[in-house]
Amino acid sequence: MSTEAIQSRRDWLLSERPASRMQARLGRAYVAWRRFSANRLAFVGLLIILALLVVAAFADVLAPYSPTIGDLKNARLLAPSAAHWFGTDDLGRDIYSRIIYGSRWTLYVVILVAIIAAPVGLLVGTVAGYAGGWTDAILMRITDIFLAFPKLVLALAFVAALGPGIENAVLAIAITSWPPYARIARAETLTVRNSDYIKAVQLMGASPFRIVLRHIMPLCISSLIIRVTLDMAGIILTAAGLGFLGLGAQPPLPEWGTMIASGRRFILDQWWVAGAPGFAILIVSLGFNLLGDGLRDALDPRSGDQ
Amino acid sequence: MNAALSVDGLEVIFDRFRALKGVSLEVRSGESYGLVGESGSGKSTLLRAIAGLAPVASGSITVNGKNLGKGRDKAFYREVQMVFQDPYGSLHPRQTVDRLLQEPLAIHGFADGEKRIERALDEVGLGTGFRFRYAHQLSGGQRQRVAIARALILEPSILLLDEPTSALDASVQAEVLNLLEEVRRRRKLTFLMVSHDLAIITHMCERLMVMQSGEAVENLTASQLVGHRVTKDYTRNLLRASEGFVRTA
Repeated sequence: MSTEAIQSRRDWLLSERPASRMQARLGRAYVAWRRFSANRLAFVGLLIILALLVVAAFADVLAPYSPTIGDLKNARLLAPSAAHWFGTDDLGRDIYSRIIYGSRWTLYVVILVAIIAAPVGLLVGTVAGYAGGWTDAILMRITDIFLAFPKLVLALAFVAALGPGIENAVLAIAITSWPPYARIARAETLTVRNSDYIKAVQLMGASPFRIVLRHIMPLCISSLIIRVTLDMAGIILTAAGLGFLGLGAQPPLPEWGTMIASGRRFILDQWWVAGAPGFAILIVSLGFNLLGDGLRDALDPRSGDQ
Repeated sequence: MNAALSVDGLEVIFDRFRALKGVSLEVRSGESYGLVGESGSGKSTLLRAIAGLAPVASGSITVNGKNLGKGRDKAFYREVQMVFQDPYGSLHPRQTVDRLLQEPLAIHGFADGEKRIERALDEVGLGTGFRFRYAHQLSGGQRQRVAIARALILEPSILLLDEPTSALDASVQAEVLNLLEEVRRRRKLTFLMVSHDLAIITHMCERLMVMQSGEAVENLTASQLVGHRVTKDYTRNLLRASEGFVRTA
């Protein structure tokens, strides 16, 4: 594409007089994207997360060995080499392949928890904040009860009740991670509920349901996205922690936390068995944190001229 | 009797504070009625109480012959609309003008939305070029025009104006006031207008009520106010204050 075409496209996006709904929306997204991509570290975070997505999608192609079937006779606890990049574990399985397949489980946990916990928190928080009075008191006291427990301990209790397994771990983490989102959403709601533009919508005759859904929630979503992205690292660690304690993913599932747990026995002599998945968790957590920081700068309505 | 809006013995109590102490007024259909008084005199509260945004403790409000209870139904919002004081706070920061104007139409189930939005923007002197802008891409005067368009799009018969120009600078003020005058003449609207600026009130309104600390002080016509034919000391003070700072030799 010629530079002129690029220039005219940019002008179209940044136009002060958008001619259609689509153009206004795209222009807004473009401004946010420009602010985001100006932040180098955030861009690195985005690249890490994109790489994780690609690895998870093409695990079958990328992994040189099977993640579950090892060579017990010849390949137990081999050090990292050209044949086995991250070495092999006590059952002769290639750790590199297991980490590649493990990325799927990491994504599975993170995405499911975000999909369950964020909307619940958003709904509870905005309804409590907008309704006020008794509704607010009841919903927020429930939130406080959940917040009073340390996250991992509460998740442990839930997993103990539900039984071990990755689905139950996801459920337990989701149950324990919505309260902070409810708090954020409620705080945001309280700052806007008495503003004139909400009063104006009330004067249009809008139902409370419509006001919360269409006018208040969109204002809470950006701070929620930021918080969820920053929490992703914590979610991965909690999932890994549950896996490590034997309450999350069960062997032979190549989940990173479970892999660290099984490498614990050889940690002094064969460090790579626990080290490699640990490093993978570190990188992905870092990626989500950097991404979250970048999103905060790009989406925060109070910064800049959005 | 053709009172578009009448208020009788209205009391508004916030927690324990009596913001309005039994105020009564009557606005005739097609009339422009002013409310003046210092800050905190309860004039905005009176407007908000009529709109259903303030807690009414006692008294009655009648709109076009219909007595209003605690709640407000959709029919009410099609009769009465309000323009807020601060144009920077009354438009949703994440919605385009288009979306803002569409909302009332969607709520009330109007089918010909496209046409109405175009007509409303034309009526307030904003072309369709403004239609897909966000509030932050508009100036104060343009924002207030959008707010007026939003109030008019449901075709109400009564418009409540809460100091619609006090946040704007002088030249823009005149534009917005002229726009309001023009709209009123064309649509035969009834205005209930709050202002602390006596010049604006005498320019816009035929009759007015002076308020102080939640009570009505006196009812005047615009010509009485211009001719200083007032009976209460408070009104006299207000008039003197509005003439501005006078240097005494």
